[in-house]
Amino acid sequence: MLAHLPILQVIVPLMAAPACLILRKPKLVWLFTLLASSLAFIISILLLQQVMVADTISYELGGWSPPWGIEYRIDKLNAFIALIISGVSTVVLLAAQTSIEKEIPEDKQTLFYILYLLSLTGMLGIVTTGDAFNVFVFLEISSLSAYSLIALGKDRRALWASFQYLIMGTIGATFILIGIGLMYQMTGTLNMADLATRLPEVAETRTVTTAYVFFIVGVCLKLALFPLHFWLPNAYAYAPSIVTAFFAATSTKVAAYLLIRFTFSIFGISFSFTTLPMETLFLVLGLLGIFIASTVAIYQDNIKHVFAYSSVAQVGYMIVGFSLSTHAGLTAMLLHMFNHALMKGALFLALAAIIYRVGSARIADFQGLGRQMPLTMAAVVVGGLSLIGVPLTVGFVSKWYLVVAAIEKGWWWVAGLVLLGSLLAVIYVWRIVETAYFKAPMAGRQPVKEAPMAFLVPVWLLVSANVYFGIDTRLSVEIATAAAKGLFGVAQ
Amino acid sequence: MTTILGLYNYWIVIVLMMIGFYIIIAHGHLIKKIVGLNIFQTSVFIFYISVGKVEGATAPIWQEGIILYSNPLPHVLILTAIVVGIATTALGLALIIRIKEAYGSVDEDDIQAMDNQDMVNQDKEQQQC
Repeated sequence: MLAHLPILQVIVPLMAAPACLILRKPKLVWLFTLLASSLAFIISILLLQQVMVADTISYELGGWSPPWGIEYRIDKLNAFIALIISGVSTVVLLAAQTSIEKEIPEDKQTLFYILYLLSLTGMLGIVTTGDAFNVFVFLEISSLSAYSLIALGKDRRALWASFQYLIMGTIGATFILIGIGLMYQMTGTLNMADLATRLPEVAETRTVTTAYVFFIVGVCLKLALFPLHFWLPNAYAYAPSIVTAFFAATSTKVAAYLLIRFTFSIFGISFSFTTLPMETLFLVLGLLGIFIASTVAIYQDNIKHVFAYSSVAQVGYMIVGFSLSTHAGLTAMLLHMFNHALMKGALFLALAAIIYRVGSARIADFQGLGRQMPLTMAAVVVGGLSLIGVPLTVGFVSKWYLVVAAIEKGWWWVAGLVLLGSLLAVIYVWRIVETAYFKAPMAGRQPVKEAPMAFLVPVWLLVSANVYFGIDTRLSVEIATAAAKGLFGVAQ
Repeated sequence: MTTILGLYNYWIVIVLMMIGFYIIIAHGHLIKKIVGLNIFQTSVFIFYISVGKVEGATAPIWQEGIILYSNPLPHVLILTAIVVGIATTALGLALIIRIKEAYGSVDEDDIQAMDNQDMVNQDKEQQQC
């Protein structure tokens, strides 16, 4: 049983998805989905434990040995990401039934859970597989279900946002397909470990450069790296609240994982950062993303938009860490991926609670909520503080590592700009806090009650994780450092 | 000259890809966008298929006296990609039907204009409160 964990990680949610159709009753389906997601979470914990001891686990699908058969290869990096995805998914699901009761018609609720599980399958599949073409297939599984999930939003603009995402996402996925095709053409293999040994032999050719560029552009579209982020804000803002919480915490992490995996383990750091000017390119795009997206976030009226733009900015921080191309920089990036999942999960889930009670997430509706929904708003405040990077929250930990990594590399000005970017976050978080706590409720609006327990429990689970991992950083830092070390071990 | 003509399969791929890409960007009609997307994807399918072809080889079916076979793997891969492409097209068209019902239009500019109008209306509502 334990030997089959890598495939179970993907198979459990995949098989659970069609099984939902048999259960039919939304409540039952919800419990079943929760069970499947928790199982995936437990599997990912077990896998992480295994790889912290043994270095990598290689699983041969159907007993066909790689590179001919498909291999699932788990190391510290993807075990860590799988843990983030399945963990957030499980916590978010706790609130799902209560939230979608108000947002999705009853006959579509079962379908919602099926799509949710398929999306989870896709993301976990991308992360666990060791086969380049498998990445594309799982990417499309997760994307197609994501488009449908977003289109379930109540507002008609959800449809348009979903369509725009479909066009952009398909272009991105096709670019990735071209990249993989070119790699196969040059090496005759699709196995990632095999690619890693064969690509350096042909690294001087233009085809390999083209393959890398196509692949990276495709991934950056999925990552919503500035300036390829246009699909993201509307998709997040008009999707059902639970979907937003799930995607904001996980989907960009998956794309970031692909970026790391292909740049560091497959093409190798000397190719991507020495032969190609990726360092400058990513640094500039990352910093531009931080500043432009944070500034746009300040002027948004819908709080979902505020946090969506803030997500684009947070991707910028990850990419800055990536562009440092040092062990410390990569550790900072991985930490930020973990921490960002915690804070955005908490914030969007708190927003879901507010939408459940108030019916909208416009800033004007936040007036007086500090009194009416004290626990939910307190969660927003802690999440916001974490977003800014205040000490004792996880946001501080990853920004600290990022700044230290930049200084270590001798890029003082980058460290300065990262800190300056955090000040912009202060502005948009303060706007929400000010409206919620210091403005009287709008005249004529019915006072609302505190959010139900179904929301408060998962929200506060994530919020306390924000604080816990902000104080006791041993676990997250140890895993991130070990994962980063593993990548540099392969690359050099 | 021979290399340019000899690599004609790649030229077809590039031309198709650019046609598809151009349609996606330049056309406001949503169904035309989906058609563009299809042409774009098809170009990649052709790319994979032509990569698997070995000159002078036959189809990869075992037969007495034949030693040279084309590589079947890219063909199999692209079978998967075609299925994905169909799923994407179907989903795209389904979305267009819903968009037509909700907006009464399938033109990008019209939809964008209506979305902007929605924003303005909401602001007005807010002020009246």
